[in-house]
Amino acid sequence: MSILIYAESAEGKFKKTAFELASYAKKIAAETGTTVTAVTINISDASALAAYGVDKALNVNTDKLKAFNAKAYADVIKQAAVKESSKFVLFSSNTDSLYIAPLVAVGLEAGYASNVVGLPQSISPLQVKRHAFSNKAFTVTEITTDVKVLAIGKNSFGLVESASSLAQEDFAPSLNDNDFTVKVESSEKVTGKVTIADAEIVVSGGRGLKGPENWGMLEDLASALGAATACSKPVSDLGWRPHSEHVGQTGKPVAANLYIALGISGAIQHIAGINSSKVKVVINSDADAPFFKVADYGVVGDVFDIVPKLTEKIKAFKAQNS
Amino acid sequence: MKILVCISHVPDTTAKINFTNGDTEFDANGVQFVINPNDEFGLTRAIWFKEQAGATVTVVNVGGPDAEATLRKALAIGADEAIRVNATPIDGFFVAKQLAEVVKTGGYDLVIAGKESLDYNGAMVPGMLAGLTGYDFVNGCIKLDVTGSDVTAVREIDGGKETISAKLPLVIAGQKGLVEEKDLRIPNMRGIMQARTKALTILEPVAANATTKAVKFEKPAPKSAVKLISPDNLDELVNLLHNEAKVI
Repeated sequence: MSILIYAESAEGKFKKTAFELASYAKKIAAETGTTVTAVTINISDASALAAYGVDKALNVNTDKLKAFNAKAYADVIKQAAVKESSKFVLFSSNTDSLYIAPLVAVGLEAGYASNVVGLPQSISPLQVKRHAFSNKAFTVTEITTDVKVLAIGKNSFGLVESASSLAQEDFAPSLNDNDFTVKVESSEKVTGKVTIADAEIVVSGGRGLKGPENWGMLEDLASALGAATACSKPVSDLGWRPHSEHVGQTGKPVAANLYIALGISGAIQHIAGINSSKVKVVINSDADAPFFKVADYGVVGDVFDIVPKLTEKIKAFKAQNS
Repeated sequence: MKILVCISHVPDTTAKINFTNGDTEFDANGVQFVINPNDEFGLTRAIWFKEQAGATVTVVNVGGPDAEATLRKALAIGADEAIRVNATPIDGFFVAKQLAEVVKTGGYDLVIAGKESLDYNGAMVPGMLAGLTGYDFVNGCIKLDVTGSDVTAVREIDGGKETISAKLPLVIAGQKGLVEEKDLRIPNMRGIMQARTKALTILEPVAANATTKAVKFEKPAPKSAVKLISPDNLDELVNLLHNEAKVI
């Protein structure tokens, strides 16, 4: 009956979202009088999960799963859920987890809700609130099946420490050769930079920055904040920045704690993609830009003048508070 | 190659979202509907395969008669035929079940869907469809090439991209990148005329239980007005971000 989470990792280390997911699961476990089990893939020691209330880790270590493979990963998680007789299987909203979750749901004949914000409004029947209509509304969704699969929105719950005595087990699920017909041939990853998916803070630039040569000041501000860099659609369409930085409806979604928009007017498609960020700041010379309607804080003025100054202020603040 | 493109009929991005019947139903009144943008990228790529490699392209929607305008648009853009499964799309699993039946009956080699729809943002139908049909699956696909039965796809990953090899039959959940925005097509008069004579088949749904239900809808609480900070007082912005918003 244990609540199962898939604790996603990269290069042998858990992602922060794994701890957030554990915190979330612990809360439901406490309410329903059960425990939390994590399934991990290619993690030699899962003890970091103990700080967030995980009672048991099922560690799968095999070279066969070194490259990501959605079908095989889903199969592993499904077998773990069966072994634990789990009624809840929880995922974070990382790219890979969202790839796996529907496969697991079908495999377990479970109902699935993605984009979940906050704890369930009711456990029995299970009702969760989720983002819908491109962040313009919420739905309360009820899952009517015995087993339930949820994907929790990033930063929608937060980290809650809760020490537990973690039991670790090697888990060797059966792997089906037919699951490996989709193969990763190569991958390109930006290294040494915070990714938009992992970032707490995102600094994003629009056409108001006038050209790719002006991105230095944006990068300086981002680096002072430890933030990821992003851009609006026109900027990626113009080729000023790579498509991987494009955030918005047809680009990447952003659910950061802080989103800073520089020279972005705030087209509805842009806002749709970033609106689940908690705090939004806009700096724009046009006081009528629609972004000011959705932002929490705004500065009306010349980005070229303000951004370097703000970077200096942030640096001074960081120096004082570190 | 037989391609099936799954089309969601969704409110236009700029549409005002309202609910009715005690906030339990979406209010379609006065709302303009469009082909789901993620699906449109996939449809355009499918038509490219038709023109370059002689593929046939079928579009399918699970929905009511009102979705036919959206299917006709897909035909006008260049799809060969359309199927509408005549049912209310109750949830992602129900839709995936209907689509799986269409896939099995039609024997499609390649199924292209959008990675998520603009309305319910469930991002689950393509994966569930793959699970139900046993087809291989590539999610978040931003590039797709097919030679014979060999597929090369690129998918977006956190912080980069991954090149994948796979074989047909395959389900793809696509998005921008499959084609660029400038490559999207606006139906021309000839296409619209031809679309009128292309087949639009209506199928009755197969029995399937939904696994979830939307209990009610909510709109976000009205936002308080933006706090404006003078460009000459950026210390105040840092102070607010630290002490009030607590995000730095």
